[in-house]
Amino acid sequence: MSAALHEELRGIVGADQVLTDREDLLVYSFDGTAATSQTPGCVVMPGDTEQVSRCVKAAAAAGVPIVARGSGTGLSGGSVPAADGLVIGLTRLDKIMHVDPANLCMQVECGVITQRVDQVAAEHGLFYPPDPGSQKTCTIGGNVAENSGGLRGLKYGVTRDYVLGMRVVLADGRVLWLGNACVKDVAGYSLRDLFIGSEGTLGIVTEVLLRLLPRPEHRKTMVASFDSMRAAAQAVSDIIARRIVPCTLEFLDQTTIRCVEDFASVGLPTDAAAMLLVECDGRHSAVEEEAAEVIATLKEAGAGNVEAAQDEVAADRLRTARRAAFAALARVRPTTILEDVTVPRSRLAEMVELVRQVADAKNLRVGVFGHMGDGNLHPTFLTDERDEDEMRRVHEALEEIVDHAISLGGSITGEHGVGLAKKPFLRRQVGDESFRVMHQVKAALDPSGLLNPGKLLDDANGSADAAHPGGVS
Amino acid sequence: MSERTLLHELDYSVVQQCMHCGLCLPTCPTYVQTGRERSSPRGRIALMRAVADDRLEVNEAFVEEMSYCVGCLACQTACPAGVDYNSLLETARAAGEQSDVPRGKLRGVYRWLALKQLFPRPWLLRLVARVLAVYQRPAIRGTVIRLGLLRLAPRHLRELEPKSPPFDPPFSFARLKPVEPPVSGKPRARVGLLIGCIQDVAFAGINAATATVLRHNGCEVVTPRGQGCCGSLHAHNGEPNTARKLAEVNLNTFDLDNLDAIISNAGGCGSHLRRYGEMFPPGTPLHEKAEAWDAKVYDVHQWLDKIGFEPPRGSIGPTRVAYDASCHLRHGQGVDAPPKRLLAATPGVELVPLTESDWCCGSAGLYSMLQPESANWLLERKLDHLETAAPDVLVSGNPGCLLQLAQGMAERESLRNVRTAHPVELLAEAYAAAT
Repeated sequence: MSAALHEELRGIVGADQVLTDREDLLVYSFDGTAATSQTPGCVVMPGDTEQVSRCVKAAAAAGVPIVARGSGTGLSGGSVPAADGLVIGLTRLDKIMHVDPANLCMQVECGVITQRVDQVAAEHGLFYPPDPGSQKTCTIGGNVAENSGGLRGLKYGVTRDYVLGMRVVLADGRVLWLGNACVKDVAGYSLRDLFIGSEGTLGIVTEVLLRLLPRPEHRKTMVASFDSMRAAAQAVSDIIARRIVPCTLEFLDQTTIRCVEDFASVGLPTDAAAMLLVECDGRHSAVEEEAAEVIATLKEAGAGNVEAAQDEVAADRLRTARRAAFAALARVRPTTILEDVTVPRSRLAEMVELVRQVADAKNLRVGVFGHMGDGNLHPTFLTDERDEDEMRRVHEALEEIVDHAISLGGSITGEHGVGLAKKPFLRRQVGDESFRVMHQVKAALDPSGLLNPGKLLDDANGSADAAHPGGVS
Repeated sequence: MSERTLLHELDYSVVQQCMHCGLCLPTCPTYVQTGRERSSPRGRIALMRAVADDRLEVNEAFVEEMSYCVGCLACQTACPAGVDYNSLLETARAAGEQSDVPRGKLRGVYRWLALKQLFPRPWLLRLVARVLAVYQRPAIRGTVIRLGLLRLAPRHLRELEPKSPPFDPPFSFARLKPVEPPVSGKPRARVGLLIGCIQDVAFAGINAATATVLRHNGCEVVTPRGQGCCGSLHAHNGEPNTARKLAEVNLNTFDLDNLDAIISNAGGCGSHLRRYGEMFPPGTPLHEKAEAWDAKVYDVHQWLDKIGFEPPRGSIGPTRVAYDASCHLRHGQGVDAPPKRLLAATPGVELVPLTESDWCCGSAGLYSMLQPESANWLLERKLDHLETAAPDVLVSGNPGCLLQLAQGMAERESLRNVRTAHPVELLAEAYAAAT
């Protein structure tokens, strides 16, 4: 990247917001994705939409690739820089612009931390449901770009279901406002929806108008253990068959249960094959009624022991096992690879079983936990990136798992995004024609291919490069 | 770039354990201050890893970034992968000290005075403390300042002056006999008491209160003469050899076989005291002893909580108490609930919530001297939260925090009358009120 472009960027955002030192470039060379990194040529931290637009124009004029970045917590390599490219860091755009309780919405800048959105909503008795695992760190702009999920998908959906409008900077620097505070709006193509989940390849979202809900007044937490994953999955189906939609329906497999117990000693049944965490929320009386039915259903489905929290302290204790799952697995080996394939809910037990078989066949350690309510599972491989042979087996296992998820009518990624990690598989899932249309959309909005190049789609010339271009981070 | 550093010798899996997920970012004071990845835990680890991989050399920017780190270890509490950031930071700072990177003059003076002269020599620290204790009497201090006598002192001593702690003689050995029996009945346990260095001269009263509370809970309290500084400030500031020598003194002073526990009442010291084993690897003469030592070191709150605390019958009278966690107690030792449980069980205490009570107050060992700007930012943030909490007493389990907070509150009108205390002092007062 040329010194002239650095100088131009300094003129736009101020000298102190342009980072070019080696120490800075190194620490912006990765996001939350394992074993993936690439050193940028410059990191710029604009303070508002206009500066973002001017930075994009400057980079575009110089033909320099641009990667937008929030807090860099992504798990598919979506905000890993382009080699010698420009990183536009958006954490300074962190203003809550307004809360509108009458219309149940809130307008924020893209760098606002996700948890803060819900905290501010709570001050008005309102609720922002999507709660990705990194909610204390990640930005709302990143959530929109990745269409992030969380633990409440079954009942409340994902980020897409809460985006009413957005301001977006296009590849040529033009700024668009898309959407409005109306629940009903059928005027023209919903361009807004095109940008949600586009992973920074079509434009840079700088403001979001978010839909909010009334905050549920009560929540009830329960756990149950089972001697097979199938029995746990059946229990979930039985609950839904009774026309109850819990807000949380999470599971842990035996490996995860044992790792959690080793790590946190919370008294989990280490001989159980599966554990379920179920939470209902809503009006007090309705929740208590639902919870009673859930408990009865769990018992009828053969749950070993069922426990319901009587107060918030106890509820918190019951949530510990699920909350600690990832942490407990992550400390077993130096490298942790967190996957997120998704299948229709009715096929989940089958999928978990397959993951286990593949891991055994390849002599790998894997813990599986995830969102049973929405079929999104997190096979978590415990490995060591310095062991080349083991890493090769991990990648082979991942490919088998992804293929199987597709064959069950599922998705290669439920909530982490395609980025670099899942890029080789996208075409297999969506099919050749859809894949071609995606390329056409990309070409229409970013003809020079400067926005987050090499992510999501293979390069325009169709060369399928490797998932991990940058070597080890 | 080929120069070997301590980071090259580090077990690589410790660096690799960081999966750069970013969950540490919102808990890191320097990241929140700057919004820059290089000043975040995962950024610093990436820099360390770059040095170990020969992609970066130990340069001025690296040394400054490691020095800028508060060392509060809040990132360790937030880390899902259990990264031992403390060891990484100590190694990185030691690598900085061994490099030929020039450092600021003032920084050099503080380090020399504190690390090489005062802390390794308890007798010298006590002597200086006695002199300063006289000086700190307001009348004498006023006279000294009016006559300009301070100008006679070496320049670096004058600069240190506003940060130097108040002193509280008589010191611990004068207040505590070598062995103090339980208040009543047969001993349930025999425990050794660590008096610390700063704690001993600035807060000898806390040591006395610690002994009192332990004695009310059936402990026989042994305070061995000859014990010294734990070495934590040295280990945290890139002086591992001095740290090891200081540890040796303590290992040889306490009669481990005849003690059920060794009690620390200073969060910063305790965090280091429980890691003596790391300094004496297998095969070295003191290895077994150091491992046995680590297993017996307890923070006083944690020990009382473990043995079954006998709440005082007396009351300290209705008092709004805010608890500010010492970082190395909360994050370094993972002791969170015990101090709050003890306080909640003390008659008269009304625990009031303090926002960000698990954030650093800016004291952080030598940090307030080495990075005054950042330390002040933290202090002001803490004082703002304290104004909202509006306590009568602010308690914390570490002398450095108590000094920093007392100094900060004295400068704010609204907080001037808030007392600072160690939790054990309130407990000791409640026990005394019953008799």
